[in-house]
Amino acid sequence: MRLEPINNPSFGRKLVPPALALSATIVIASLLAMIAGANPFSVLGLIIKGAFGSKFALLETLNRATPLIFTGLAVAVAFRAKFWNIGAEAQLYAGALITVLLGTGALVWPSGLILPVIALIAVFAGANLLLVPALLKTRFGVDEVVTTLLFNFIFLLFISMLLEGPLKDPMGMGWPKSARLIPEARLPRIVNGLRLHWGFALAIISALCVWVIQTRSTLGYEMRAVGLNKQAAGFAGIPVNLVLVKTALLSGGLAALGGFSEVAGLKGSLTLDLSPGFGYTGIIVAMLALLNPLGVVIAALFVAGIFVGADSMSRAADVPTYLADIMLAISLLLMVLAIMLTRFRVVRD
Amino acid sequence: MDTSVVEALNLEDITKRFGTLTANDAVNLSLSEGEVVALLGENGAGKTTLMNILFGQYTADSGTVRVFGKTLPPGNSRAALDAGVGMVHQHFTLADNLTVLENITLGVGSLLSTSAGRSAARDRIKALSQKYHLSVSPDARVGALTVGERQRVEILKALYRDVRILILDEPTAVLTPQETDDLFATLRLAIADGLSVIFISHKLHEVMAISDRVVVLRHGKITGGVRTADTDKHALATLMMGTEATPPKVPQSTPGPALLKLDRVTTPDVGNAPGLKSVSLSLHAGHIIGLAGVSGNGQAAIADVVGGLVKPAEGRIEIAGSDINRWTPREAVKRGIARIPEDRHKTGTIADFDLTENAILERYRSRGFSKAGWLNWRSSRAFAEAIIKKYDVRCPGPDTPIRILSGGNMQKLILGRVLEAAPQVILANQPVRGLDIGAVNYVHGQLLEARARGAAILLISEDLDEVMAMSDVIHVIADGKLSPGFGRGSMTPTELGLWMAGQGFENENAHAS
Repeated sequence: MRLEPINNPSFGRKLVPPALALSATIVIASLLAMIAGANPFSVLGLIIKGAFGSKFALLETLNRATPLIFTGLAVAVAFRAKFWNIGAEAQLYAGALITVLLGTGALVWPSGLILPVIALIAVFAGANLLLVPALLKTRFGVDEVVTTLLFNFIFLLFISMLLEGPLKDPMGMGWPKSARLIPEARLPRIVNGLRLHWGFALAIISALCVWVIQTRSTLGYEMRAVGLNKQAAGFAGIPVNLVLVKTALLSGGLAALGGFSEVAGLKGSLTLDLSPGFGYTGIIVAMLALLNPLGVVIAALFVAGIFVGADSMSRAADVPTYLADIMLAISLLLMVLAIMLTRFRVVRD
Repeated sequence: MDTSVVEALNLEDITKRFGTLTANDAVNLSLSEGEVVALLGENGAGKTTLMNILFGQYTADSGTVRVFGKTLPPGNSRAALDAGVGMVHQHFTLADNLTVLENITLGVGSLLSTSAGRSAARDRIKALSQKYHLSVSPDARVGALTVGERQRVEILKALYRDVRILILDEPTAVLTPQETDDLFATLRLAIADGLSVIFISHKLHEVMAISDRVVVLRHGKITGGVRTADTDKHALATLMMGTEATPPKVPQSTPGPALLKLDRVTTPDVGNAPGLKSVSLSLHAGHIIGLAGVSGNGQAAIADVVGGLVKPAEGRIEIAGSDINRWTPREAVKRGIARIPEDRHKTGTIADFDLTENAILERYRSRGFSKAGWLNWRSSRAFAEAIIKKYDVRCPGPDTPIRILSGGNMQKLILGRVLEAAPQVILANQPVRGLDIGAVNYVHGQLLEARARGAAILLISEDLDEVMAMSDVIHVIADGKLSPGFGRGSMTPTELGLWMAGQGFENENAHAS
């Protein structure tokens, strides 16, 4: 057996394998739920209900999707240029750190001024965090997978040090937790009374901006060219290394914006459990979205939906919450396979 | 037919389809013991597919492969090897870090050979290389060998395994004319011992020199089979492409001013590939300078310097009379250098980009295609459409990914991309490699048109016939050194071959000292 590329896949070819992958994920998850002692036929319904079934559930899902859109965009942008940024987690924390450094009293300005300033500096910090791996790669050929991945651990320990030391909230009763943001530095809710903050809108706007950059700007064209064929891009006169550095800056900035949005929009202070791995889940989101920035929004909603829905389902059906993680893993594996099947057909020899 | 002749190979009714494309359509081919059949055909005619089926790398949709009367199980390479089929690929399949002996014995017998086994193997290799005049030391590391020597190792490898049918895929592409003669002498010895050979080539005079019979494959079908003795080059060319090939007519021209000059340019070696060694060259308006040489002798280095990818470590580049300091691909394009790269798949185009995106690849930043960092897709698309029309690029449209185009159409797009900028200097690196004759004529025609309007052209090619037919002046490059320029018709292929082998340079030194 071997794979033969399909040059112009039909619409059905593009649609059927992902749909099958999704169905198979649900079937497998249902079987696992059955092993855990629940009614397998109720699983899907409970997940959907838990994720989208009520106003509260829906808002919870949107809130959960917000940081995933940012980290998903960060990864999608970088991967498109074949710059393997595994460090969105650290960059997200960099944005969060700037937010509490500036937003807990260092600057006392009205909201309309302080929020954009903090956001910009957060973006700058996240971008610079990725500058070092990018320069190491372009100058010395150091593998960015290694540097960005290891930087996550270094940076999280650095945050931990700060939270145990200088940033520790004196009113925090001994918890490693920063002081709370001043009210002016909080992102307001989009609609009064609904628990959804402007961070979500910012995420959607970011996705649109990235999409426009990728499809319409010379930078986006350069990033795609470098990702698809570095050699041809360099031959044609595209400054490959400069493009990689610019890509890294954009990617790091997007992830940092996620950190800003989480702290200023949702949490109000910085703790070490700010992100349950949003940076890594962003990789899943970006892959599911086929690195398409608008797809990232949909994929982030899907992933957030599974998390929130499976959480609620596990409580309702009395099965472990780990089922959410397993479902996500299965959906990713099957989706990768499905994506391959949209582009290749299996030929039996 | 003489009944005493043993049939070595018989391919019967081989059909192979890839999707809608029929790569081989009921192909019948037989080969007698001790016979040389040349398999001739344009690129994409189905030669490689046929050989892959014979080798068990593909399974035919229908048809059978028989070797010495035994039917080979389909899709089994091991069975083909065991039946005595051997192949020398165009790109060698040797391990650089192993010795000649290790490469030859690799896959035959155990890896943990005893020293007795080794010395037996060494004796056998020595005997074979003496018998067939394939001089190569069994203990040399393959990485240190020249291209010609590596090919000898490939042939020794086949002979060591007692192959009875040898397939040679474009074996002379990397050889000097002299090395080609040596290869043919070796083959004749082996053929006299009963070896059967399938010789795949584009080069008609080689086919005439070595084969007993010529089989022509076109669009997957056998369109002709003739005894070599009963045919000539013209008839073969006609069979191969359906119409007769017309060699380019190059009218006389007087050179204009020098548009680009290299003055004692030196570049560092890159891995095994030699850099330039104090190369001086000037390209004049209305002239084609041909650069002949055996593959890997500095052609890439000179192309990189002219194309803006490499700055000389020493020496100067002069364009239209002024010195160049900043030197990048973008600068080269800006200075009016049209660059047709050696590898159109890897360097010339981005496979997953569509034709529009590929058309603006070198000039997306120039006014007309973008403004303040934003692309103008409308004008870009119009540019691609104009190229498609003017250069007859056969494709479904400008939004098609370029990877689905044939090599010839891909090259036409590259030609359009660079020629539409009305370049002063054209760097054509292997512009017709792998193209069918129709596309070859087209590319050559375009280059000659550019020459007529006053462009200076540097034509780099490993095909000596092409260089001799097209060039006003020929330089030979060997080991990074450039020969003096030879005027059109002043040198025979043999004389150029001596320079290609590096001998002219030695004589020159001898004269100097």
